[in-house]
Amino acid sequence: MFTTLARIIKYGFQNFWRNGLVSFATILVLLLAVIVFQGMMLFGEIGRQAIDAVQDKIDISVYFVSNAPEDEILRLKEALLTLSEVKSVDYVSKEEALELFKERHADDPTISQAIEELEENPLRASLNIKAQDPNQYSLIAGFLEGDASQNIIQEVSYSQNQVVIDRLAKVLSLSRKIGVLLTLVCATVAIIISFNTIILAIYSNKEEIAIMRLVGASNAFIRGPYVIVGIVYGVIAVLAAMIIMAPFIYAASPYVSVFITGMNLWGFFLGSFFKFLGYNLLFGVGIGVISSVIVIRKYLEI
Amino acid sequence: MITFSNVSKAYNNHEVLRDISFKIEPKEFVSLVGRSGAGKSTLVRLLIGEDKPTKGRIVFGPYEINKLQSHELPEVRRRMGIIFQDFKLLPKKTAYENVVFAMEVAGRSEEDIDEAAPQALELVGLGKKMRNYVHELSGGERQRVAIARAMVNQPDVIIADEPTGNLDPVNTWGIINLLLKINELGTTVVLATHNKDIVNQLEHRVISLDDGMVIRDEDKGKYILT
Ligand SMILES: Nc1ncnc2c1ncn2[C@@H]1O[C@H](COP(=O)(O)OP(=O)(O)O)[C@@H](O)[C@H]1O
Ligand SMILES: [Mg+2]
Repeated sequence: MFTTLARIIKYGFQNFWRNGLVSFATILVLLLAVIVFQGMMLFGEIGRQAIDAVQDKIDISVYFVSNAPEDEILRLKEALLTLSEVKSVDYVSKEEALELFKERHADDPTISQAIEELEENPLRASLNIKAQDPNQYSLIAGFLEGDASQNIIQEVSYSQNQVVIDRLAKVLSLSRKIGVLLTLVCATVAIIISFNTIILAIYSNKEEIAIMRLVGASNAFIRGPYVIVGIVYGVIAVLAAMIIMAPFIYAASPYVSVFITGMNLWGFFLGSFFKFLGYNLLFGVGIGVISSVIVIRKYLEI
Repeated sequence: MITFSNVSKAYNNHEVLRDISFKIEPKEFVSLVGRSGAGKSTLVRLLIGEDKPTKGRIVFGPYEINKLQSHELPEVRRRMGIIFQDFKLLPKKTAYENVVFAMEVAGRSEEDIDEAAPQALELVGLGKKMRNYVHELSGGERQRVAIARAMVNQPDVIIADEPTGNLDPVNTWGIINLLLKINELGTTVVLATHNKDIVNQLEHRVISLDDGMVIRDEDKGKYILT
């Protein structure tokens, strides 16, 4: 058993070396497929972060009347947090609002001075609510309308931004769907091309397979080396793709972070290097092995 | 050792072999003769399990060839040494590697291989060229490699279909003498050929086929087709 396996592996590597040109061409195609796959993974991540960044900017703000008691507001905050649609609620007291206002206008002497001269704080306390999903803001708005604290609420910013938020929610869910679809299309094309290349490569060995059968080689003995070659193709293609892509990712990273604040593409690449490598190997080796098995099965008619 | 019982084979309703019956005993040397198209190769293909008969039974040792499933075939093939006109050697491999491949496939041990593979190649007179790749060998030399490969696993029978078809007279006799030598060492040989000269000089059993039928089956037979 062990001897047979060792022999199968030996013939796998021998096939690989002695079919130099075919091996090279197949790896090249597989390399392109892996690069497409890597590109999809990276664009997927960029897309996700972009969507998150936009989503993070959406919220509902509830402004309270100036004499609203703080414990009432905090009670409302707790009530909101019990809703599954709510991701977070931030309480901004009147004082904090004033501080923020001052900070924001620190460069503007006229405003700063005007503020200093005021005896009473003109700003209102507020709750900033973020939903788990942009589609859920109308639900949250509905909850606020039905709540007992109506009398202390002065204004809910959602009603004004409703149209914008709803539209944004639609765009976001659409772009997610398009992303998934594009990924599927690219992956399918890459897989089909790689399959065909490998199938062609094995087809050129048709004669050899017939001879092996003639001298009594078992199906495992015939198929095994091709599976080994498939694995070798996959591993080489993935390693080459990583080496080629790394400098591009490194160079693109600063540009990406300009568009999407807080996104660090290079950091993502390094941080999830092994996960990335793992998925790529699964993809590359998967194509290599599956196409070998399919074509050999066809030839051996089993 | 080999028994054909009422074997027929048709391709698209056209009968290529009709009601063939014969028996081959161990250690026999049997020539299967007939003009081109008589059905020799078809008979060989049925015998090695490459194709199934339309009717009849083919038995080889403990195996009923006409009932074999494709996964049982490798085991049977390892007990046959098969030689063809076009050599059927693995390209991109040396003479030695071709012989070794057949041994590895049969699960022989490394020590066994190291000993028997060079011996087989010496026996066919290729000791000096074992490390040559197939494309570096002449037709006669290639057929010698095929013979070394066919005999190295000590099969129960050597089956050769026109083994000299691509060779000049000198090489032809070299190959035939090798087959005779292997037969003298105790292996059954089935030789399909349309070479009259060979058959007439052999003075062994001859089964004559014509139009898919056995028309003659004689010990110390001659090549006679009428
Ligand atoms: N696969 C096939 N399909 C159809 N006809 C075939 C096939 N193989 C052989 N034949 C026919 O069977 C007959 C015998 O062929 P073959 O066995 O090759 O004869 P031989 O080897 O004696 O020259 C021929 O008429 C040939 O055309
Ligand atoms: Mg023939």
